[in-house]
Amino acid sequence: MARVKVLSEYCKSCRLCVEICPKGVLQIGDKTNAKGYYTAIVVDEEKCNGCTLCGIVCPDVAIEVYK
Amino acid sequence: MSNRVLMKGNEIIGEAAIRAGCKLFFGYPITPSTEIIEYLAKNLPKAGGTVLQAEDEIGAINMCYGAACTGTRVMTASSSPGISLKQEGISYCAAAELPVVLVNVNRTGPGLGGLGPTQSDYFQSTKGGGHGDYRLIVLAPSKAQELYDFTLEAFDLAEKYRNPVLILTDGFLGQMMEPVELKEKPTSPEVDKSWVVDGARGREKRIIASYSLTNEIGEANNLRWEAKFNGIKEKEQRWEEFYADDAEYLLVSYGTTGRISKSVVLNARKKGIKLGLIRPITLWPFPEKAFIPYKNKIKGIVTVELNTGQMIEDVKLAMDCCVPIYLYRRQGGMLPTETEILEFLEKQFKLSTEEV
Amino acid sequence: MQKVFGRPKGLTEVAFSFCPGCTHGIIMRLVGEVLEELEIIEDTIGVSPVGCAGFCQDFFSCDFVGAAHGRAQAVGTGIKRALPDRIVFTYQGDGDIAAIGTQHAIHTAARGEKITSIMVNNAIYGMTGGQMAPTTLEGMKTSTSPYGRDLVINGYPLDLPKTIATLDGVKYVASVSVDSPKNILQAKKAIKKAFQVQQAGLGFALVSVLSTCPTNWGLSPVDSLKWLRENMMPVYEMGELKVAEEVKNL
Repeated sequence: MARVKVLSEYCKSCRLCVEICPKGVLQIGDKTNAKGYYTAIVVDEEKCNGCTLCGIVCPDVAIEVYK
Repeated sequence: MSNRVLMKGNEIIGEAAIRAGCKLFFGYPITPSTEIIEYLAKNLPKAGGTVLQAEDEIGAINMCYGAACTGTRVMTASSSPGISLKQEGISYCAAAELPVVLVNVNRTGPGLGGLGPTQSDYFQSTKGGGHGDYRLIVLAPSKAQELYDFTLEAFDLAEKYRNPVLILTDGFLGQMMEPVELKEKPTSPEVDKSWVVDGARGREKRIIASYSLTNEIGEANNLRWEAKFNGIKEKEQRWEEFYADDAEYLLVSYGTTGRISKSVVLNARKKGIKLGLIRPITLWPFPEKAFIPYKNKIKGIVTVELNTGQMIEDVKLAMDCCVPIYLYRRQGGMLPTETEILEFLEKQFKLSTEEV
Repeated sequence: MQKVFGRPKGLTEVAFSFCPGCTHGIIMRLVGEVLEELEIIEDTIGVSPVGCAGFCQDFFSCDFVGAAHGRAQAVGTGIKRALPDRIVFTYQGDGDIAAIGTQHAIHTAARGEKITSIMVNNAIYGMTGGQMAPTTLEGMKTSTSPYGRDLVINGYPLDLPKTIATLDGVKYVASVSVDSPKNILQAKKAIKKAFQVQQAGLGFALVSVLSTCPTNWGLSPVDSLKWLRENMMPVYEMGELKVAEEVKNL
């Protein structure tokens, strides 16, 4: 059981987390943040195993992982 | 016991820096300033300090920048081409408002130039020097005792105003031997050190930098510096007057030519010419106040300079050009004789040359 | 549930100002994690350069000094000489450390100055808008090498860490990359060691990190990582380029 949280105010929509996630937990959503970026969102939280790869590659420290 | 000793000018600066509590000296050898780093390399470690010979002048001034950020007393010294290299860093020191003491033992220029006495760096010293709109406090000693006293005080002034202070001397003053009294340094006034970076132990982090991409912040910074410079202008103008009270004519000169001009005044007086001297001690702020009483009183001025006429511009401004102001200059490392200065004055103002 | 990943204490809350996908942010997070893990945030004074990396003074939670272009290591030297018991590091781009500040890079290393330098190499000048860097690859197009870097005109890219590793005063040099999670973890290990070298008072340590510039490379962030892996990593010697005997025991 794990949980991933996107801090959308930090997200710049670079997609690195989306590409790296082996479980397809993350996607780019259809809502923008204050800076105008379509931010990453969690689409399939059940599948998250807390591997933290998304956080490791995130260039904006916009991801928190809980386990 | 008297502390009066015979010392070389450059070594006096080194000794005064140690006694002022300078703990770090970063420099790069260049004639005619080299005895400063040599003297300190030998003696600063005994006082618990460090001399580091940097890779170049740029390295040296930026090491000063770093050390000054910690609130440590730090100095560098060089000669004209080396000071040119330092200008980038000096501008950053001014912008970050860092108390760094600088010494320029002026050598001739432009280019590599020669080693003789010169005042060719007056503009560079007093009008900023590097990029951006800033000023250094510039002290111009003209004898051994002033080399000592001004170096001691430079550290206090730098800390008081959080601004680089430049001691402007030349190869003549730097290389000569003269008696000097190594006076005990008076206690430095307490200064605010709440700006230094030394690790954010139990406090908010601090940043010392000069970066502003916001024009509004940029202007606010410029206004703050301007206010500081205006305050210095108001409070720190210094000069010496010599037979100026009743003078009909004035010489204006500083440093090496300030010394020579004193003899010229005495010689003129012997001939019945009412000549006096105003010797600027702070070149920035330029002692404009010194000239106020003489504006409607004297007949003319000769500035004696070792350049193509640099200080004369400040003298003309200070006098509002209300009397004739002439330049007598030598260049390239040559010094004027007392006789040639007096002859020039007599010629310009059509004075009788007969002995009284 | 417990937080197993998030913003390290070595970083402030300020959002990075870099372009989307710029891996400066990953490298800064790694440094922030190291500062926290070694418990040196309050003992550390960082020195920021000019260029994109210059913004780092706002992002790290330790004291910071902003240096002139290329001068960060000279400034760091001054700080360290004044406060030998503090940790001093510089965070510089490749243009800063390997072109305009090369004299300081060489001599800070040769002196064995007890500071840590992080060099971020993205083979281009980012902030000024994509000009040729000392590290720009052969044939690589930039705004000042619009026909591709011509070795006859512009010379060869400079592998600074390799040069630095040959100097006696240097105790640790590593060249790492942030193109993949595995390499990011390797990069962190190297950065941590470079700080530990300083903590132990051993001498100079440099970590060069290959990084991306999606904006000026004209690639997506994802493609940038691939480009870095396929084009930069074969050119620059990777791995630990120098590990002094006393560092092996750390």
